[in-house]
Amino acid sequence: MTAVLTDPNRPAQAPAFQKISTARQIKNRLATVLTGLTFLVAVIPLVWLLYTVISNGYEALLNGDWWFKSLKGVLPEQFTGGVYHALYGSIVQALVCALIAVPIGILTAIYLVEYGNNGRFARITTFMVDILSGVPSIVAALFVFALWVTTFGLETSAFAVSLALVLLMLPVVVRSTEEMLRLVPDELREASYALGVPKWKTIVKIVLPTALSGIVTGVMLATARVMGETAPVLVLVGYSRSINFDVFDGNMASLPLLIYNELLNPEPAGQLRVWGAALTLILLIMFFNLVATVISRFSAIKTK
Amino acid sequence: MAKRFDIKDLNIYYGKFHAVSSVNLAVPPRNVTAFIGPSGCGKSTVLRSLNRMHEVAPGARVEGKVLLDGEDIYASTVDPVEVRRTIGMVFQRPNPFPTMSIRDNVVAGLKLAGVKNKKKLDEVAERSLRGANLWNEVKDRLDRPGGGLSGGQQQRLCIARAIAVQPDVLLMDEPCSALDPISTLAIEDLITELKKDFTIVIVTHNMQQAARVSDQTAFFNLLGVGQPGQLIEVDDTEKIFSNPSQKATEDYISGRFG
Amino acid sequence: MTDNVTGSSPPARSTGRRRGDGIFRSMTTGSSLVIVVSIGLIGLFLLIQAVPSLQANTINFFTSAEWSTGDVGNLAFGIRDLLVVTVLSSLLALAIAMPIAMGIALFLTHYLPPKIAQPFAYVIDLLAAVPSIVFGLWGAKVLGPSLEPIATFLNENLSWIPLFSDGNVSLSGGGNIFTAGIVLAIMILPIITAVSREVFRQTPAMQIEGALALGATRWEMIRTTVLPFGRSGYIAGSMLGLGRALGETVAVLIILRSASSSSTFSFFDGGYTFASKIASAAPEFSEPLSTGAYIAAGLVLFVFTFAVNALARYIAGRGKAKAS
Repeated sequence: MTAVLTDPNRPAQAPAFQKISTARQIKNRLATVLTGLTFLVAVIPLVWLLYTVISNGYEALLNGDWWFKSLKGVLPEQFTGGVYHALYGSIVQALVCALIAVPIGILTAIYLVEYGNNGRFARITTFMVDILSGVPSIVAALFVFALWVTTFGLETSAFAVSLALVLLMLPVVVRSTEEMLRLVPDELREASYALGVPKWKTIVKIVLPTALSGIVTGVMLATARVMGETAPVLVLVGYSRSINFDVFDGNMASLPLLIYNELLNPEPAGQLRVWGAALTLILLIMFFNLVATVISRFSAIKTK
Repeated sequence: MAKRFDIKDLNIYYGKFHAVSSVNLAVPPRNVTAFIGPSGCGKSTVLRSLNRMHEVAPGARVEGKVLLDGEDIYASTVDPVEVRRTIGMVFQRPNPFPTMSIRDNVVAGLKLAGVKNKKKLDEVAERSLRGANLWNEVKDRLDRPGGGLSGGQQQRLCIARAIAVQPDVLLMDEPCSALDPISTLAIEDLITELKKDFTIVIVTHNMQQAARVSDQTAFFNLLGVGQPGQLIEVDDTEKIFSNPSQKATEDYISGRFG
Repeated sequence: MTDNVTGSSPPARSTGRRRGDGIFRSMTTGSSLVIVVSIGLIGLFLLIQAVPSLQANTINFFTSAEWSTGDVGNLAFGIRDLLVVTVLSSLLALAIAMPIAMGIALFLTHYLPPKIAQPFAYVIDLLAAVPSIVFGLWGAKVLGPSLEPIATFLNENLSWIPLFSDGNVSLSGGGNIFTAGIVLAIMILPIITAVSREVFRQTPAMQIEGALALGATRWEMIRTTVLPFGRSGYIAGSMLGLGRALGETVAVLIILRSASSSSTFSFFDGGYTFASKIASAAPEFSEPLSTGAYIAAGLVLFVFTFAVNALARYIAGRGKAKAS
C-alpha cells in the first residue's frame, strides 16, 4: 500500500475509478469481435448453401407436375415429371420407421425412468442406447443388410430401409422422452399414488400426458432427422423411377436416392431435378422441424 | 366411513438408515391428530408410512404394524394401491395435475379408477369442491386448468381431489407451509369441518396451528445426528400445550428447544 | 390380520390392478430388452459374416491399401487408405470446427442477451437440419470449385508441408480431402456448438460474479471461469462431432473424387473413407465373401466411432464429477 501512496507517477487527485490497462481493453474488444465473427463464419455457408439450393431448384417446384407425377417414362433430357414417387418413399419410410421406433423408444424411456431404478439392466440399456446414438448411418445400414439380406435371405426393400432408420431414430426418441419424463415433478406421481391410482395408470394417465408435448417434439425432430438419411437407402433399396406403394417389395425411390441417381444425369434437366429434389427435401425436413417447434412453444411442461 | 389407526412398534428404514424407531400410537376416528417436532425428526416419514407412500423411495421398508380398524396395511396380501385409496393424502406443496381442468382434477381419482358416468362425476366434483370450501370460487370456471388458481385455492383443490375418492382417513403433510396466512386460515377452518367425516392426521411445523386444529398431539424428536427419530409423547392437545409430561416437549413448545 | 398373511385370497380388485402393473412393467422391460438383444445379435451377425472374408483375404487387412473384392477366389482388401482418408478428413473438420464452435457458443451464451441469442441459436440449429446429401451436393458443385484457387495457393506455397503436397487427384474441381474436411466441419459445427453452449451456460453465476467483482473484463471473466468450467464439456462435444465426421457417408462420397493411386497423406488426395467406400459398393453386395470385406471395414468404422464416443462420454462424465 505504501508503495502505491508514494508512487511519483500517481496524480495528486486520483480518478474516481481505476482505469483498466489498454492491453486488457484491446484483448477484451478483440475477443468480442472474434466470437461475433465465428458466428458470421458459420452463417455464411448456411446462407450460401440455401441460396444455391433455392436459386437452382425453385423452378422445378413451380411446375405443378413436380408434386403429382413420377419420373416414369421421362427421358433424362426432358424437363417433365416430378418427384411424387420419391416424396412418397421418403415420407412412408420415415413413418414406418416411426411406427416401430416410437413405441419401443417411449416404452424403453418409461422403463429407464419409472422402473429401472438405475439397476443393472437399466444401465446396460442406457449403454446400448448410447452405442446406438453413435452408430454411423452407413453402419446401421450394414447392420440391417447383414441381418435382413444375408442372414434371413430376404430381398432389399423399403421396409429394410425403415429398419435401419429405426436404429438411428431409437436413441433420439429414448433420450428425449427420458429427459421429458424426468422433468415431470415427482409430486404429481405422489398425488396420483395417494389417490389410490396404480403405478401403470399413473404413468399412462398422469405422467405421459404431462410430458406429451416434449415427447412429440422429440419424435418430430427424430423423424425429420431420419428423412435426410441417405446411407441406408443407398444400401438397402433399389431406385425406381416410378411409384411403388409396397413397402415390403420392390424398389422404391426417396428424395435422397433420387438426388443421388440424378447426379449421374449430365443433362440440364437432370441438374434441375437434383436441386429441385434437394430443395424439396429441405422443405420437408423444415416442415417437420417447424411443427416440432410450434408444439413445444405452445405447450411446454408446466413444472409449477 | 372414518376409521381408527393403531400403530404398533413401527420402525422405518431407508436402506441401512434407521429413520424412525418404535412408534406406538393410536389415532381415534373423527379426530385430528397433529404431528409436531423439529425438522428431520421423522414425523413426515411416519405420516407417509401410514398410506405406504414412503415405499415410492427405493430401499424404504418398515417393521411393525399399522392397523386400520384392525387390518394391517402392511400384510402381504394387501395392495398398496388399495391402502392409498382408503387413506388419502394432501401434500406440502399444492400439486394439481397440470394437464387437467379443475373439474377433472377433482374427479381424477374416480376417473382413473374407471368411473365414466358423467352425471355421477359432476355430482362428486360439486360435493367435493363444496366440501373443500372451494365451490363458490371456481364453479364458473370448472373447465379451466387447475394451475391457474392461487396457491391456497390449489391446495383446497388438492383436498377436494383427496376427499372425492371418499377415503376413510386424510393425511396432511404440512398442508399450509406454502400458503399465506389467509389461505392458511381457510384450510384450518376446512380441517375442523372435515373432522366430522374423516380421521385426520396432520404434520405441521406451526405449533399454533397444531393447538388450533388438533384434538390430539404427538411430539417427535431426534436424540442426535444419525439417530432415528422417536415419538416422545402423545396426549390431548390441551394437555401437551399446557402441561406436557416430558421435559423435551415442554422445551420444544416453549421455544427453548436446541 | 395374521390370517391374511397365511393365505386368504386378496380382494379381487387388487389382483386386477397388480396384473395391470405387471403387464405394463413387462412391456417397458421388454422394449429395453429388444434394444439390448437386437444390438447384441447384430454385432454377432456382423462378426460372423466378416470372419470368412478376413480368412480368405490374401493381403494384410490393416496395412494394405489395395481393395479388390471382385474375384472371390482371390480376395485382396486392406483398409490403410480408407483409414488415412477418414482420419485426415475428420481431423481437418475437427480442427476447423472446434475454434469456431467455441466462439459461437461463447457468443450465444455470454455476449448476446438471452432474448436475442434464441433466434441466433436457431440459425445454427438450422445447419443441423440440412440433410447430408445436400451438403455433399453443395460441396461438390459449389464449394469445391470455389476453393480451388485457395487449394492451389496452399499447394504451391506450402507443399513442403506433407499435408499440402501434391495429392493423388487433380486440384481442379476440388474433389479432395480439403473440400470434404471443410464441408464436414460445417456439418459437425451444430453438435459441438450445442453441447458447448449447454455447458458454458451452466457456469455457476457465483464464479462469474466473483470474477466480475474483481474487475475482470468480460473476456477475462470467460477465460478464468467459463472456459475452465466448460472445458470437459467442450471437448466431449468435439469428440461427438468427430464421431459424426468419421461416420459421415454420402457427403464425402459425392465430394471425393476416386483416385487411381494410393494415398499420399495429403489434404489434396481423393479416394474413399470407410463409410463412402461401403456406400459406393452397395449395389454389388451379392457375393457373401466380397460383402464380408465391406462388413469388416464397417466393423472397423464402428469400433472407431464407438471408441471416440466412449471417450466423449468419459470426458463428459469426469467433468461432471469434478463440477459437482
